[in-house]
Amino acid sequence: MTKRRTWLYFIPYGLWLALFVIAPVALIIYQSFFDLGHHFTLGNYSAYFQSATYLKMTLNSVWYAFLITLFTGLISYPTAYFLHGLKHRQLWLLLVILPTWINILLKAYAFIGIFSQAGLANQFLSFIGIGPQQILFTNASFIFVATYIQIPFMILPIFNALDDLNPAFINASQDLGASGWQTFTKVVFPLTLPGVKAGVQAVFIPSLSLFMLTRLIGGNKVITLGTAIEEHFLTTMNWGMGSTIGVVLIIAMVVVMLLTGDQKPKGGTPR
Amino acid sequence: MKRKLANLYLILIFIILYAPIIFLIVYSFSEGETMTNFHGFTWSHYHTLFTDPRMLAIVANTLLVALLSSLIATLVGTLGALGINRTTKRVTREALLTMNNVLMVSPDVIIGASFLIFFTMLGIPLGFGSVLMSHIAFEIPIVVLMVLPRLREMSSSMLDAAQDLGATTRQLLSRVVIPFISPGIFAGFFMALTYSLDDFAVTFFVTGNGFSTLSVEIYSRARQGINLEINALSGVMFLFSLLLVGGYYWIQQASHRHKQRKRGVTS
Repeated sequence: MTKRRTWLYFIPYGLWLALFVIAPVALIIYQSFFDLGHHFTLGNYSAYFQSATYLKMTLNSVWYAFLITLFTGLISYPTAYFLHGLKHRQLWLLLVILPTWINILLKAYAFIGIFSQAGLANQFLSFIGIGPQQILFTNASFIFVATYIQIPFMILPIFNALDDLNPAFINASQDLGASGWQTFTKVVFPLTLPGVKAGVQAVFIPSLSLFMLTRLIGGNKVITLGTAIEEHFLTTMNWGMGSTIGVVLIIAMVVVMLLTGDQKPKGGTPR
Repeated sequence: MKRKLANLYLILIFIILYAPIIFLIVYSFSEGETMTNFHGFTWSHYHTLFTDPRMLAIVANTLLVALLSSLIATLVGTLGALGINRTTKRVTREALLTMNNVLMVSPDVIIGASFLIFFTMLGIPLGFGSVLMSHIAFEIPIVVLMVLPRLREMSSSMLDAAQDLGATTRQLLSRVVIPFISPGIFAGFFMALTYSLDDFAVTFFVTGNGFSTLSVEIYSRARQGINLEINALSGVMFLFSLLLVGGYYWIQQASHRHKQRKRGVTS
């Protein structure tokens, strides 16, 4: 009797799992088989795979997400590495995480000001003699801002991996006569690879769906999968096609998760 | 030399990380209408912000949604963690955890779009209710992830002792389990709160016409161009996040000290 009653506590959570985890995923797959007139069809998928525009958009989106992840990784690994060598490293880490608590839209908005015609970036360019350029609404500005936003999410898992690394390995490698660079490439980097993978997971997938940045910073020149989904759901109201692209995004997500292994997410805010 | 280069690199990264935020806040005190050239100090943008009834209503909405959704998500998430912790079969537990994490790894756009289909099919009107439900939904998994480790740390001998001393299930929960896992619950609540305040994409999909939160409002205003009232708003929000971070850090430290004190006693 008591055993059965304690399971009652589990009901709200079970309901949540059914209604907000399983049902929505099922619904988005279901919806992808319907056209504008609510008729069952495979047309969305055939349209998607036969349309050069959609395929090009998908490739573009993956390419940009790849570039953003690459730049974020290149910047974040040294940062995490140096940060880990500091004395009050937990405090410094907190300072890295702090900007993620500022709303992403406020950060995007800041860059609208910085990159504008007479903004800070152009003032600097004029100062060093290059002269003002069109910075806002270019692909480069989109990649820059996206990288800026993602950096903390890459630093955090790499930092945690460095924290888990047993210093005895580094000592052993040095005792055995490895140079500093050899120790890094043969010992430290391979052992912190799980952190890098977790970081790639935390950065690549959201980068496929950053629709607000493509609108505010990219000036609609870059169309990511996220932008396309938002467009189909909220502007053209073609939910079937939107869901089809959503299914593609889900598949892309699963592929990334499989490629980067089943890493357990390590602390921090994944958004 | 190497150390110096490393420090230089770190300084550069920190400048890049903080420059846009400082830039925003500095210009919230600038006279004039644009974010170019500082025109002299003024509080006027803060004045406009605090006398803008639409903005104040939106701030109230945002806080209401954040607090209410975090409270409910904390409750449901804690119960969920208790349930997951009780599972004895490894397979069931893994399956539950995987399902729990689906909303953690899904892109916001997918969550937003699928919830929009969900609400429309059930005939739930878009507005406060749909936003609140969505926020509760995406906050629950983080609460579970924060509470579970604490539950794992709890020794079964403590529970056995309480039961041997005649505690009922309810007493066991309220006197032993809940106090022990409370740091996890608080951490979960704070994370849920920040998730809610931070969210844009999901809210954007399920908000409908009549209801707006801060992120959605900032988005629509930013699309129209520079408006220094947003800068003033970011100043206020920055202060608020500092308080939240401070609160979160304090709770973590408190639980850490608590742990250390207990270790001091046993050893």
